[in-house]
Amino acid sequence: MVENKRIDEATGTQTVGHEWDGIEELNTPLPRWWLLTFYACILWAVGYVIFYPALPMLESATRGVSGWTSRGQLAAEMDAEASRKTTITAAVAGMPVELLASNKKLMQSAIEGGRAAFKVHCVQCHGSGASGSKGYPNLNDDDWLWGGDLATLDYTITHGVRNPDHNETRSSQMPAFGGVLTNAEIASVVSYVRSISDQQKPDTASARGAALFATNCSQCHGTDGAGGREFGAPNLTDAIWLYGGDRAAIAQTIRKSRFGVMPRWDNRLDPVTIKMLAAYVHSLGGGEAAPAAVPATAAPDVRP
Amino acid sequence: MSGLEGLIDPGSPLYEKRKGVYPKAVDGFFRRLKWVVMAVTLAIYYVTPWLRWERGPYSPDQAVLVDLAHRRFYMFAIEIWPHEFYYVAGLLVMAGIGLFLVTSAVGRAWCGYACPQTVWTDVFQHVERAIDGDRNAQVRLANAPWGFEKIVKRVSKHGVWLVIGVLTGGAWIFYFADAPTLMRSFLKGEAPLIAYSTVGILTVTTYIFGGLMREQVCIYMCPWPRIQTAMLDEKSLIVTYKDWRGEPRTHGVKKAAEDGLKTGDCIDCTQCVQVCPTGIDIREGAQIGCITCALCIDACDKVMTQLGRPRGLIDYCTLDDAAVEKAGGTANPILKTLLRPRTLAYLSIWAAIGFAMLFSFGQRTRLDLSVQQDRNPIYVQLSDGAIRNNYTVKVRNMEARPRTVALGISGMDAAKIWTQDGTRETAARSVEVNVAPDSVLKVRLFVAAPRNGPERQPFELSAQALGSDEKGDSDATQFERPEKEEEEE
Repeated sequence: MVENKRIDEATGTQTVGHEWDGIEELNTPLPRWWLLTFYACILWAVGYVIFYPALPMLESATRGVSGWTSRGQLAAEMDAEASRKTTITAAVAGMPVELLASNKKLMQSAIEGGRAAFKVHCVQCHGSGASGSKGYPNLNDDDWLWGGDLATLDYTITHGVRNPDHNETRSSQMPAFGGVLTNAEIASVVSYVRSISDQQKPDTASARGAALFATNCSQCHGTDGAGGREFGAPNLTDAIWLYGGDRAAIAQTIRKSRFGVMPRWDNRLDPVTIKMLAAYVHSLGGGEAAPAAVPATAAPDVRP
Repeated sequence: MSGLEGLIDPGSPLYEKRKGVYPKAVDGFFRRLKWVVMAVTLAIYYVTPWLRWERGPYSPDQAVLVDLAHRRFYMFAIEIWPHEFYYVAGLLVMAGIGLFLVTSAVGRAWCGYACPQTVWTDVFQHVERAIDGDRNAQVRLANAPWGFEKIVKRVSKHGVWLVIGVLTGGAWIFYFADAPTLMRSFLKGEAPLIAYSTVGILTVTTYIFGGLMREQVCIYMCPWPRIQTAMLDEKSLIVTYKDWRGEPRTHGVKKAAEDGLKTGDCIDCTQCVQVCPTGIDIREGAQIGCITCALCIDACDKVMTQLGRPRGLIDYCTLDDAAVEKAGGTANPILKTLLRPRTLAYLSIWAAIGFAMLFSFGQRTRLDLSVQQDRNPIYVQLSDGAIRNNYTVKVRNMEARPRTVALGISGMDAAKIWTQDGTRETAARSVEVNVAPDSVLKVRLFVAAPRNGPERQPFELSAQALGSDEKGDSDATQFERPEKEEEEE
């Protein structure tokens, strides 16, 4: 090879001595520091292989003397995040839930914490947008079965609704009127309920239904049908229907009754998370500002 | 195995040791121009962070500040937010096209005069001359065996270089924080680690690039010379050795004349090679190692003057002019070379971007509204039959004072709005929010409207700062209702 080296006429540069089908390569030497940089990179790579997991083995890669793992790094980051949150959780823990909204910044932190917890524990029934579905209340609206202020929300989440093995749970039971009222009577009550919620005009059927309603339903739903929160009795005069407001759905409710259940969360979540969930639900748009200590049994009838 | 063979073959190694470059001191027009450029560029670099600019109590008073922590860029009266980064991008584009313009007009003037690598190398070489002496003394010292004098000189030279490196890195960090505060905490050892590590890294790179690598950076590492070789054309000014005048170069002119040999103007004194900071011989023609610093012009002019010959054996010259002069003609006037379609095109693009940015800068508002409709759920049925939509509203107050901003709804006459801090009872057509100075307020806005209406109804939300006639901002969005079929059963 070496003997093939010659000086290229056009450039005055020596060739490296190779020749491929008449093509030759000029030797323009690399700066020595470049070569040293290259060696330095190789050394760096060797160090990397020693310090970090690198070589694939049968079970896993070599461990590396630094002991670094991506799982370990994630765990460290999660720990750092958890310790960063301790001041917030401590502040939320020390604040009575009904006063949470008075500290705007803390409330905002609680809402964000609640948003995360909601995505884990609540979306299965209430949906990712908290808008519920048939039988599962929409938490965005302004209609509350048990009340929508922070303390009430906190209580509902803590103790659940119609929880079979818990004394403090929210509890009420609408009777099934299937054997009590005839089909015609049920149809009349349906007409009445639909008339007080402005879904149909009053007629003779609804007039019959009004009498049946006063006898059978007003104890819980109120004489005006506006419901009552001490029983979690739905307001029948508004536009929101948990199980549907059409004739068939209402008839079904009267005939068979409904029994919506929500688990208690005090045995699964810590009080701070429950407070945060209350704050998040409260922030969705229907949160009630005035802490209603004891809901009035039956509001005076102001309807004409 | 030919690769290894090449490595060990002393005849033609595949790598080579750097050849020492010991540029000689020179004086002349271009050297003085370089002094001026060096003074101006270094002054800009070191003084800028210390200039103050009053902006009131809510903003920093540093004239030029890249506030990475708060994502703001201050430049005198201009404050740039991250979403206005296109101004910075525009400036970078202008800098790029400016380089094209300069290159097509006057060749590698950036490389020769203003590039930080050139300026700092120049500084380092002056230090070297002050300590080691001029070219010949430097060569002697380099070849001398290690002794007391050489050790003292080497230690002091590299010491001064490192000090310059520290000062270079030290000035850089002041662009990113309040300079006087940072200076105090830096000296007390209380500055953030990033400040010290930045200074450390820049000290090392300055020392290595300016002191040790010098022309190697230009020749092997910098992409710009490669790009410039494509940018230069036959009308670009480059440093040219006028071989038609200089050749045949003759060392002993008198003897050659006695022998009846033809002699050129070049007396082969190699002054042009000795002063070259990149160690090239310009007489070999245009080459990538030439940064067009024009010091060889100064050196050659001096010799020509001493010999009583006209200056400009080495001179700025275009390839076109070189051909004309070679043929015995006279070169085009310099203005004609500078003003040609290509330079004018670059200039117009450059100016157009500049004017477009100025125009948009004059039009920009310091209050900005963006509205995003929440999609989950799209609408909420309220108990009284009305429909509510939720919106995430961001109000940017880009002035350095707190402001009260009125958010108003236009369109959908029956609709009312309230925020997370209000209730539906307090809903109105307009709601006021307080926005902290120089910050973004994110607020959840609720809009309630009667059930009857189109499934999708467009409307606008507007933001107007109270007590200000500044142009507000508005954003179009829509209101969604449940499908009609649901209503009729």
